[in-house]
Amino acid sequence: MHVTSPVREPLIQGGKTYADVTEDICRHVEGTPTKEWKIAFGISLLVLAYGSVCLAWTWWEGLGVWGLNKTVGWAWDITNFVWWVGIGHAGTLISAILLLFRQKWRTSINRAAEAMTIFAVICAASFILMHMGRPWMAYWALPLPNAFGSLWVNFNSPLVWDVFAISTYFSVSLVFWYIGLIPDLATIRDRATSKISRLMYGTFAMGWDGSAKTWARYEYISLILAGLSTPLVLSVHTIVSMDFATSVIPGWHTTIFPPYFVAGAIFSGFAMVQNLMLITRVVYRLEDYITLEHIETMNKVITLTGSVVGVAYITEFFIAWYGGVEYEYYAFFNRMTGPYWWAYWAMMTCNVISPQLFWSRKLRRSITFTFFISVVVNIGMWFERFVIIVTSLHRDYVPSSWAMFSPTMFDIGDYIFSFGLFFTLFLLFSKYLPVVNMAEVKAVIRSTSANLPAKIAGVAKVRQRGNAEPVFGKDQE
Amino acid sequence: MAELSGKYLVGVYDDDDTVLHAVPKLRKAGVKIKEVYSPFPIHGLDEALGHPRTRIGIAAFMFGVTGCCVALTLMIWTMGIDWPMIIGGKDPISVPNYIPITFELTVLFTAFGMVITFFISNGLGPGTHFHPRFDERSTDNKFVMAIDLGRNSMSADEISRALKDSGAEEVNIKQF
Repeated sequence: MHVTSPVREPLIQGGKTYADVTEDICRHVEGTPTKEWKIAFGISLLVLAYGSVCLAWTWWEGLGVWGLNKTVGWAWDITNFVWWVGIGHAGTLISAILLLFRQKWRTSINRAAEAMTIFAVICAASFILMHMGRPWMAYWALPLPNAFGSLWVNFNSPLVWDVFAISTYFSVSLVFWYIGLIPDLATIRDRATSKISRLMYGTFAMGWDGSAKTWARYEYISLILAGLSTPLVLSVHTIVSMDFATSVIPGWHTTIFPPYFVAGAIFSGFAMVQNLMLITRVVYRLEDYITLEHIETMNKVITLTGSVVGVAYITEFFIAWYGGVEYEYYAFFNRMTGPYWWAYWAMMTCNVISPQLFWSRKLRRSITFTFFISVVVNIGMWFERFVIIVTSLHRDYVPSSWAMFSPTMFDIGDYIFSFGLFFTLFLLFSKYLPVVNMAEVKAVIRSTSANLPAKIAGVAKVRQRGNAEPVFGKDQE
Repeated sequence: MAELSGKYLVGVYDDDDTVLHAVPKLRKAGVKIKEVYSPFPIHGLDEALGHPRTRIGIAAFMFGVTGCCVALTLMIWTMGIDWPMIIGGKDPISVPNYIPITFELTVLFTAFGMVITFFISNGLGPGTHFHPRFDERSTDNKFVMAIDLGRNSMSADEISRALKDSGAEEVNIKQF
């Protein structure tokens, strides 16, 4: 007996059976790459190659190739780092927080969103290595006794916290993602016709058999991993924000940073999920799985987090005036009206005004408009980090130290590198792994399970499943 | 999954509800079910089969406590004992500053420890992919019930009939 609430549209459309789900999702994994995929992959590789050349020169020649000067010592590198880490947060939100809240719509998008998280964190980490200038010294950030005595890393420093936060976040996300992949890899293994794919998918499926005992443990550890990832994702961006907030630079030294950064991270991450999903659903014909309902729900999250970000901007500004610290006040006044006014207003327009347009149901359900706004939000969130970092630094206390930052082709090239890396990884993922979590989609394909009593749903219509009249199309076999 | 041996009856169902309701019916009739294999988790199936509740949560907690202790020991020893330093005018051992890393390492140890326990307790791991299975459709759209004939006193025919009555669409015999 399944309970279906008539007030909600089904999560998965098209009257899919279990076999249909397997077939629809496995099709693109098993088939040869399409022409569109090859073209997109070729472009990504070209972009990655160009970026790699720029990056190689950055490391060979040194950070002098960037546009940094003695006043602006952090610019695009840290902007890009924070931007990519923030994008990653939406994947964890979808896979962990929405799991805890029992939001079943996450099942169609969690796989791709988590993949996005992992690739985005890789891109973010690449900027950490870049801005070190000497990446072969990266191990200095680890607590290892050095050659001159047992001097250790400074555990009081948020930069060291960041090392631990980002690496924990990356590895735990990877594990969470992989655990979710195992049942689907087993599905592909059992359908595989060629020896090589049977071996590859079989090896990574780790002998999964789907027994009731294994599933019970699987569900249990998924829940604990979600419970761990939820505070983890909040801690990561909190610590990223503390890289700034614990300093004494006016414009950075504010207590509002942790919640404001976390909201901004989820905001930009959902925009990136929208971008990727809107393309993926068309390319892989997943319109029945990633429906307008999914898009609309994500747009609501964008509006909510965008509003939080907007309130944070205004609060920050108010406190800069109300706090009465003139340096603080100047930093914010300079952001708004100084030489970087265009960056500030780009940020305000993209992040505060544009998500409010989603209050209109028509716009929220328009695919073209959603795609457009998602791009706008990502641009806005990049500007947010640029504004926070560069405008707080560029006018030092002494006017003789005032400077402007202008990017060189290597600043830009290294940013392009991260795009090449991200899209190359995402395209490889979307070809060789199932982009939708088949096992979880199968589990929610009938809106709810028999465990839910009819009265919980209130208006629910209870339909008895019988052999004579199946509610849900029986598998055609 | 461990290596299998012996003679099994394999009931194939095409619906999760049917198999969930079949399990208590069959157990009442005296059939000892080895395991049910499904393409997705079916809530309540493990209880219906009489599997004990998983203790993996206890293991996870232990790993978490380990991570927490490792982190605090590492930081207190390096910062306070091995090379004491006053940073920002604070005591060399200033525990509030150690909380972020303590949290991260607790999460890291819990996640990895729990997942490794999960792999070991389920017999999952590299090199197990060639183990024989009852029915490969159980990762696609079928729900497969395995009954070890060696452990059942009922005859194969009787069990087979009971399986059919409970809604199985086919019943096969599998010998390993």
